[in-house]
Amino acid sequence: MSEPLIPPKKKDPLLNTRAGHVPPALRSRAAKAMAARAGQGRFVLQACEDCAHVTYPPRDRCPKCWGALTWQDQPRGAVIEAETTIKASTDLFFRNHLPWRIGSARLDAGSMAIVHLHGDVNQGDRVRMEIKLDRGGNPALFALPEKETLNMADDPQLRVFTADPKYRRILVTDGRGPVGQAVAEALVKAGAKTVFLGNNDRLMRYPGQEQIEAMEGIEPVPLSIADSRSTEALAAQLGGRVDIVVNTAQHTRGGGVGFGGKLSDLQTGLDLEVSGLMRLAQAFAPAMSGRSDDGTNAAAAFVDVASIFGLSGKAGYAGAAAAAAARLSLIAGLRGEMAQTGIRVMSVLTGPIDDAWHQDIPPPKTAPVQIARAVVSALQQGQETICAGQVAKEIFGRWQADPLLTIREETQ
Amino acid sequence: MTLLTDLAGALATGQVRVVDLTNTLRADFPVIVLPPEFGQCAPFRMEKVSRYDDNGPAWYWNNISMNEHTGTHFDAPAHWVTGKDLPANTVDAIPAQDLIAAAVVIDISAEAAANADFVVTRDFLEDWEAKNGAIPLRHWIALRTDWYKRVGTPEYLNLLEDGVHSPGPDASAVEFMVHDRDCVGLAVETVGTDAGQAFHFNPPLPAHSILHGNGRFGLQCLTNLDKLPTFGAMIVACPLKIEGGSGSPLRVVALIEGEAT
Repeated sequence: MSEPLIPPKKKDPLLNTRAGHVPPALRSRAAKAMAARAGQGRFVLQACEDCAHVTYPPRDRCPKCWGALTWQDQPRGAVIEAETTIKASTDLFFRNHLPWRIGSARLDAGSMAIVHLHGDVNQGDRVRMEIKLDRGGNPALFALPEKETLNMADDPQLRVFTADPKYRRILVTDGRGPVGQAVAEALVKAGAKTVFLGNNDRLMRYPGQEQIEAMEGIEPVPLSIADSRSTEALAAQLGGRVDIVVNTAQHTRGGGVGFGGKLSDLQTGLDLEVSGLMRLAQAFAPAMSGRSDDGTNAAAAFVDVASIFGLSGKAGYAGAAAAAAARLSLIAGLRGEMAQTGIRVMSVLTGPIDDAWHQDIPPPKTAPVQIARAVVSALQQGQETICAGQVAKEIFGRWQADPLLTIREETQ
Repeated sequence: MTLLTDLAGALATGQVRVVDLTNTLRADFPVIVLPPEFGQCAPFRMEKVSRYDDNGPAWYWNNISMNEHTGTHFDAPAHWVTGKDLPANTVDAIPAQDLIAAAVVIDISAEAAANADFVVTRDFLEDWEAKNGAIPLRHWIALRTDWYKRVGTPEYLNLLEDGVHSPGPDASAVEFMVHDRDCVGLAVETVGTDAGQAFHFNPPLPAHSILHGNGRFGLQCLTNLDKLPTFGAMIVACPLKIEGGSGSPLRVVALIEGEAT
């Protein structure tokens, strides 16, 4: 079992803050390809097209026969052949996290790998392998107990690779809608210390207000990410103590490009979803970056919930899809910037949400609770991209296999 | 130029005082809320361009955006379908001479406090005239409701589950103001010249419909009408000269006579 995480104490203001170093960052293109897949929660290794040899770490050609390598999902099982504890390191990140356990794992997929070890894993154990992204966004093999152990998620080495909401203080940007409310409730249930729940118009009531604001752990805050001053004002109050930001702002309105779309809707949507994301990032990212390795109270992640149609476009929802596309582009840029500081940037992709603004789209749709589940899961797993619900998964799968075909399918 | 010289002197001594009738343009000032199937009124927004920083080391300025009907604002006749074919019906075309006019203030603050849905009728206005004197011709008719004191609370918009609740005139009152008293326009502290429930009146939205259909103006979201005398104030209300604009946020001031200091 792991030592259960204890609620973090308030910080001693006389103690210096531990700088948010990241593990060594320089990687080959092959390693970046592994990271891109690992970020989706997949367990992939390269296999040779000629001799079928499975290899690790990532390479450009097969080390056995020089054949071409392709990424393939692999069985996750392994056995720990040897283990050791690192007690000294010249690396700035690991120096602050010693001792650090690693081991040699014989992968069921067929090769040996140096891996990070969960505290409940010992030599000779059967383990479940995952490819985690480290604080810098690079892939690392991590050996977990084959079966769930007590307080497993609290293992300090594992927590370095996740952004688990337990005991964390989290800002959810839009509490007025069903998505933000479901996300806030799920985060509280997942152990968040406080969920600051944004309300962009404190003078206007909203459905579900009494229940959500009465929930223990929920603290309503004024926040309109369409308004720079409002965003900056909240960051001035909370920027130094928010560990995770979850942006649930949406402005979905129907309409095409040449036909039926309203420019005023597009303008409002772009301002809220796209400019709003930048306002949020500029207000909160710098302060979060300064405390990315500040013990159990560390800032950990920036999560953005956006429509899967940002990848493909969507007939009848052109403006909303365009806003989502811009949002995905911004979030990718932010991910690159934040990787240097140790903050994870995550995308939760949704299908059409089952709300009043998607009445024209027939089921299946994405329920707010599915989005909430995906947000929690991404944080707990340290996953970079996650699909909320089957609709998004299905479209994402098609898009990965054939992006141009998927664009055609969704827009024609 | 004696008149204006006298006015300058009166302004300098405080014999003529300037009352600000304008709410501050800020992002959280409420705007009218329409049913979701309609386009919405954009609130005020401001993005910094520079503030003595790398984008402009010695100067501070912002880009701003809003609807023409955000904050304290002016409604031109073209705002309503009934005024769409009138000449000079947009803010750029309205003669400047029409932008300064005297005002009569009708105090319905007690009635509005007792009943948020208080409706001003022709009978009410005639009764008011019997007590206070006739509404002079070619005046702004200002409805003092003290509604501005609710700004910053949910009771300003007063949007309940069955719609907005705020006072305003019915058709008989607006017909009287326009045709019998030849008003310049209707000036109110609420978000619209019409009552909150006026969509359900017959005819609906009489203030917008009748005022603008007859080339009259609207002023909304005013403050400080309680600082004006019943008769004798002069309102200066100059909307931005937006080409083809249906209205405009503006700074509205009133000149009132006071004691010289």
